[in-house]
Amino acid sequence: MDKFRMIFQFLQSNQESFMNGICGIMALASAQMYSAFDFNCPCLPRYNQAYGLGILLVPPFILFLLGFVLNNNISMLAEEWRRPQGQRGKDQAVLRYMFCSMAQRAMIAPAVWVSVTLLDGKCITCAFCTSVPVETLGNASHPSLSQGDMKRVLARIPCKEIYDGQELIANEVAIRYLRCISQALGWCFVLLMTTLAFLVRSLRPCFTQAAFLKSRYWSHYIDIERKLFDETCAEHARSFAKVCIQQFFEGMSTDLAAARCHPPRKAPADAGEAAEKLLGITDQGTMNMALKSWHRCKPPLHLHPPALPSGNGWAGEGQPPAHPPVPRRETAAYYSRV
Amino acid sequence: MDRFRMIFQYFQSNSESVMNGICGLLALASVKIYTCFDFSCPCLPRYNMAYGLGIMFVPPVALFLCSLILNRQSLVMLEEWRRPQGRRKKDLAVIRYLCSSIMQRAMVAPVVWIIVSLLDGKCLICAFSGSVDPENFVGFANASPVQVQQLLAKVPCKDDELMRNNTSRKAVSRYLRCWSQALGWSILLILIVAAFLARWLRPCFNQATLLQARHWSNYIDIEQKIFEETCCEHSRLFAHKCILHFFESMRQEIKLHSFSLPREGEGAEGEDDLLQGITGQDQVNKLLKMWYYEKPPL
Repeated sequence: MDKFRMIFQFLQSNQESFMNGICGIMALASAQMYSAFDFNCPCLPRYNQAYGLGILLVPPFILFLLGFVLNNNISMLAEEWRRPQGQRGKDQAVLRYMFCSMAQRAMIAPAVWVSVTLLDGKCITCAFCTSVPVETLGNASHPSLSQGDMKRVLARIPCKEIYDGQELIANEVAIRYLRCISQALGWCFVLLMTTLAFLVRSLRPCFTQAAFLKSRYWSHYIDIERKLFDETCAEHARSFAKVCIQQFFEGMSTDLAAARCHPPRKAPADAGEAAEKLLGITDQGTMNMALKSWHRCKPPLHLHPPALPSGNGWAGEGQPPAHPPVPRRETAAYYSRV
Repeated sequence: MDRFRMIFQYFQSNSESVMNGICGLLALASVKIYTCFDFSCPCLPRYNMAYGLGIMFVPPVALFLCSLILNRQSLVMLEEWRRPQGRRKKDLAVIRYLCSSIMQRAMVAPVVWIIVSLLDGKCLICAFSGSVDPENFVGFANASPVQVQQLLAKVPCKDDELMRNNTSRKAVSRYLRCWSQALGWSILLILIVAAFLARWLRPCFNQATLLQARHWSNYIDIEQKIFEETCCEHSRLFAHKCILHFFESMRQEIKLHSFSLPREGEGAEGEDDLLQGITGQDQVNKLLKMWYYEKPPL
């Protein structure tokens, strides 16, 4: 228990820093993914906008969902939300706190993607190259083209190799213009996000500090309680399994001894622990039979109290003899055939 | 208690160094972001100034806000400022001390950005290329005013077809970069002298008040950390008791329903304690169902 206590302490004190670490890793992964991604603008009138805005908006959405999936506390939130009320009231403030803290962390990687995309400029250049103001930036002396032709020419701006509208509007001028707009948008987005984060963090102590302390305590409590319960169940399962298996082997050895018509050999007093651990099974045939029996019919999931020594062999199954009939909910399907 | 003492010492010694570390990391991040950022001046008459000055001043504001967010002491200060008085008086000197220490650390990354961008020169060249006096430069002296504006706006773009081999462009560019770097170095010098004077002259004024303020601000910080630690410890113990109580109540219920024989064997006593009297599949299932459907009251 002491070891588990130390581990819990570590996890609890570092839960926040663990989640912050995951958050930071996802943000770096998002920036890395963007730089590894090979952006290829289609340079066609209607496809440009779809492609550019798609690359700008779809990966952040995926990263946001991934942020929730990678967060261990999402299952805790779902459990707490869906549990029946029972004897313990449900506190909406705790649920809101858990959801907000998870959402805040999940927002970081998408925000990084959007900022990096806008500051790089390729997406906006691709998406809005057909909306460049040709009247102000272009050469006024060029004969006017039809709307469709103009769009077709402008759509090729991001693809320098096939751009054929140099007389209409210089490629570098258009790209510089679009990139300037994109970077301005990017920095404004970054400023907006940091301002929002700052306001959220700094307005909280001004308004709802007491409620916040309460929600934080109870959300930690729910987390710890769940972990401790899992630990306790695991311990219980271990003990259960140990006793069950021990009773199985005892039953086997007693049973075999009875079949051979001599009483179970008691290990001599000075044989030590190794002999005890053999549990009365000391030859190949017996061991094989034990293994086969374990495979063919496992013992029922019902431990009996440690039996008093009795003459009739099999002490490992069934109900204690003086058991008054009580309504059982399950049919016993696991009885041994021995 | 020993563990708590170790934790105290860790927090005490490292609160300042953690904040200094974050400050340094942000400054490095600021330089890195500036070098990774692909500066491309639009080279259009009205857009240049907006872009150039925007790149010089908007990221520092974002970096400043980031420093405030990442600094734990800002939360401590706000909480101390807004807390109801209760039975503990509020000391404004402590709040002022916290505020000034937070501001000093938060200003480092923005100042680093501004200085790096001035020393690099691109921002100022982009912003003020349209504002130089064309009379001083041979290539621009003979054009009409509108044309001059257009040409000057294109100075930051070396690869533009009009500007590719223009020597006057290089002259304007060098001129603006010289001003930019002079400004950058001057600001750096002033800041360093100011920091030096502040640190040297501080002991001459109100040293006692300063020591008090620093002590109590550290105290508030540590008190909050310990409170959080204690809450965690408490919630762990609370959960432990709650679960044990739950298992105990299940055992009582099972005893009530099944009239099982009293245990006599000694050998399995240890394991049975851990089993808490729950020794059958249906009992375990019932326990788990009870845990889900009716958690015990807190």
